[in-house]
Amino acid sequence: MGRYVIRRLLQMIPVFFGATLLIFLMVNVMGDPIAGLCGDRQCDPATAAQLRSEFGLDKPVWQQYLTYMGNVFTGDFGTAFNGQKVTELMATAFPITIRLTVVAIVFEVVIGISLGVVTGLRRGRPVDTTVLILTLVVISIPTFVTGLLLQLLLGVEWGIIKPSVSPEAPFNELLVPGLVLASVSLAYVTRLTRTSIAENARADYVRTAVAKGLPGRRVVIRHLLRNSLIPVVTFIGTDVGALMGGAIVTERIFNIHGVGYQLYQGILRQNSQTVVGFVTILVLVFLAANLIVDLLYAVLDPRIRYA
Amino acid sequence: MRGATQAKWAACAVVVALAATACGGGGSSGGGGGANGIVSSSWGDPQNPLEPANTNEVQGGKVLDMIFRGLKKYDPKTGAATDMLAEKIESKDNQNFTITVKDGWTFSNGEKITAKSFVDAWNYGAQLKNNQKNAYFFGYIDGYDEVHPESGSATATTLSGLEVVNDRTFTVKLSQKFSLWPDTLGYPAFAPLPKAFFTDHAAWVSKPIGNGPYTVDKYTKGSSMNLRKWDKYPGDDKAQNGGIDLKVYTDNNTAYTDLTAGNLDLVDDVPASQLKNVKADLGDRYINTPAGIIQTLAFPFYDKKWDTPGGIKVRQGLSMAINRRQITDQIFQKTRTPASDWTSPVLGADGGFKEGLCGAPCEYNAANAKKLIQEGGGIPGGQLKISYNGDTGSHKEWVDAVCNSINKVMGNNKACVGAPVGTFADFRSQVSQQKLTGAWRAGWQMDYPLIQNFLQPVYYTDASSNDGKWSNEQFDGLVDKANAESDKAKAVTTFQDAEKVLVAQMPVIPLWYQNGSAGYSENITDVSLNQFSVPVYEQIKVK
Repeated sequence: MGRYVIRRLLQMIPVFFGATLLIFLMVNVMGDPIAGLCGDRQCDPATAAQLRSEFGLDKPVWQQYLTYMGNVFTGDFGTAFNGQKVTELMATAFPITIRLTVVAIVFEVVIGISLGVVTGLRRGRPVDTTVLILTLVVISIPTFVTGLLLQLLLGVEWGIIKPSVSPEAPFNELLVPGLVLASVSLAYVTRLTRTSIAENARADYVRTAVAKGLPGRRVVIRHLLRNSLIPVVTFIGTDVGALMGGAIVTERIFNIHGVGYQLYQGILRQNSQTVVGFVTILVLVFLAANLIVDLLYAVLDPRIRYA
Repeated sequence: MRGATQAKWAACAVVVALAATACGGGGSSGGGGGANGIVSSSWGDPQNPLEPANTNEVQGGKVLDMIFRGLKKYDPKTGAATDMLAEKIESKDNQNFTITVKDGWTFSNGEKITAKSFVDAWNYGAQLKNNQKNAYFFGYIDGYDEVHPESGSATATTLSGLEVVNDRTFTVKLSQKFSLWPDTLGYPAFAPLPKAFFTDHAAWVSKPIGNGPYTVDKYTKGSSMNLRKWDKYPGDDKAQNGGIDLKVYTDNNTAYTDLTAGNLDLVDDVPASQLKNVKADLGDRYINTPAGIIQTLAFPFYDKKWDTPGGIKVRQGLSMAINRRQITDQIFQKTRTPASDWTSPVLGADGGFKEGLCGAPCEYNAANAKKLIQEGGGIPGGQLKISYNGDTGSHKEWVDAVCNSINKVMGNNKACVGAPVGTFADFRSQVSQQKLTGAWRAGWQMDYPLIQNFLQPVYYTDASSNDGKWSNEQFDGLVDKANAESDKAKAVTTFQDAEKVLVAQMPVIPLWYQNGSAGYSENITDVSLNQFSVPVYEQIKVK
């Protein structure tokens, strides 16, 4: 397994460079970021030139990329246009988004898998049909609609939560935003678990377990669920990265100053340093999450071996 | 690994998560009422580091307005420039000025404000190596070219036109006559700076020290700033509340929602999508007052297609084809006023605003419009493309409406189309690099309430914001004449004569004046917006 992990880690290197290069090029084709810094008037040419050389924008793109990557390996992610170090921005934004993601994942795991097990075992019954319809509704409604609706109802009309999250973003304030962020994935987790459970419920080993006289709970959790979780774990694993990067909508609605917000601002201001820096970290998160998922397979199903 | 151990792991993870929830709690507590009450207000993340000569947008300007006072201050109601730190500003020839600073003013750290505090600050602002985005404000001062050359490196570090005479007096020599120059000194770029700014710049930027009615208590970059009343403030515009908490919002819709839920006291940017509900939600607590902003349509005069003799008629025709009243009523819910000159109502009649100066060319007249456009040889290229940035503001809505109005007049569905550009930065870079070949949305937010500021930087030959590269000798001559005029009233009428050249030539089409809009909670009173559409924070009272 050690060799497998090392091989996977080595494979990450080209993916990492490719992804960052792509992002770098994409941000660069958007035009001259300095032009937007002076508002609706033109920057005076001397100051613009000075700023351009300070941010290294006067050099060819490949050279900018090389310098940038060189700096990244020394832990220097550059400076945002407002004079803040990008690492400083990351230090405030990532903990908040990680907290939000944790809340979302917990919702997905707890609610999604429980509902999946319940419906999978009661296929065709009213519970199953109700949950199926509900998940379909959740999947078909865009996140910003659920977000704004919950914000209006819970925050303004009923006053249960504050409509906006404070800058510190503690866990309790992130419950509703986390649920909103998780909603669509949650529905998918439910459906995946349901199908997988329903399929495996007729498997020989389950029949054997029941025939042995094991208690129902043990059969479901130890034998049935464990084997059915592989597709679900794959989904949740890739979802970690997707949730962190895709939180832009949710973070905007609930005023959360996390990764999504910083990325949005970075893109609006065409601040390549911020955008590339944040995306680089997100790429790493994605890769790490995928590796962990692959390693978890063996835990769930010991028949899976790595060479 | 066997099952039992995994269950333990999972349990541990849950415990950790729960423990973290417990630690994460605790919100901010509201302030008391009366003169010590704290006002919470919406804010946006300032785009540039907070330095007086480096802040050119509203969000950073807001803070500077609270923590700095300069030689002059613009009256929030009338816009008139009145003396603040200036005891007197004297000049015999409108080119050499002697400025005396009032006695008894200090920075909030106790340092005395002297003539040197101003001269050092201005020299810093003008220097090329400091990257100050408002450096051009010092461009009128003699010696600016050496400190801030257009290319190459600076040959001097201080402006030769500035000289400290004694502790309280300094002289300024301008490179040209400019009678209204003292009135520009209310702009934050001209604020004095304490020694701490130069000795420990990083510390200053993370917690600015100024001389205004408020001091910065706590600043968390990108999320909030807590400003508190400065008890020893010597000015007569002392804060009427205990302080202001500025909170950064990711979206102004969220700020508005927070206001309606009672979590926020003041929103100074009511989102366009809420304008329909705002009366019902807030009633009298909604403010909608004129601001020094005009929106226009600009044309590329660097493109030969547009710089033709017939072009004047085409542009006048296009102007007449736009139904301004209908668009401001329906799309902007009357938060904008159809423009009939090139300035803004906030200047007042004395300051140079003249309603109807443009006359017929700015009034909707479908029949004449079509005739004029056809006489002028039709729209160059057969189609008018209006470029705008699609990322912020509700530009798409009004550009589509303007095109719709033009298309109706022309009886051609393709006579005018909107051409969105992805981001503001990209839009601005296309404008400034002269890549646009059609019209584009333009606008001008004043730096100071002077008619000069609405005309010279935008339409004078090669001026800093003359993006369309329009040039007219008669106009330039009148502006020069107005600047040399020592009598203010005469200067204003000469500027209006220059504006009449714009009527005859129509280099840009004036569309509408923009209002500032704000809403506030039941906790506070005495809320108003100044001409820059920034709330007058120090006057707000907490119930």
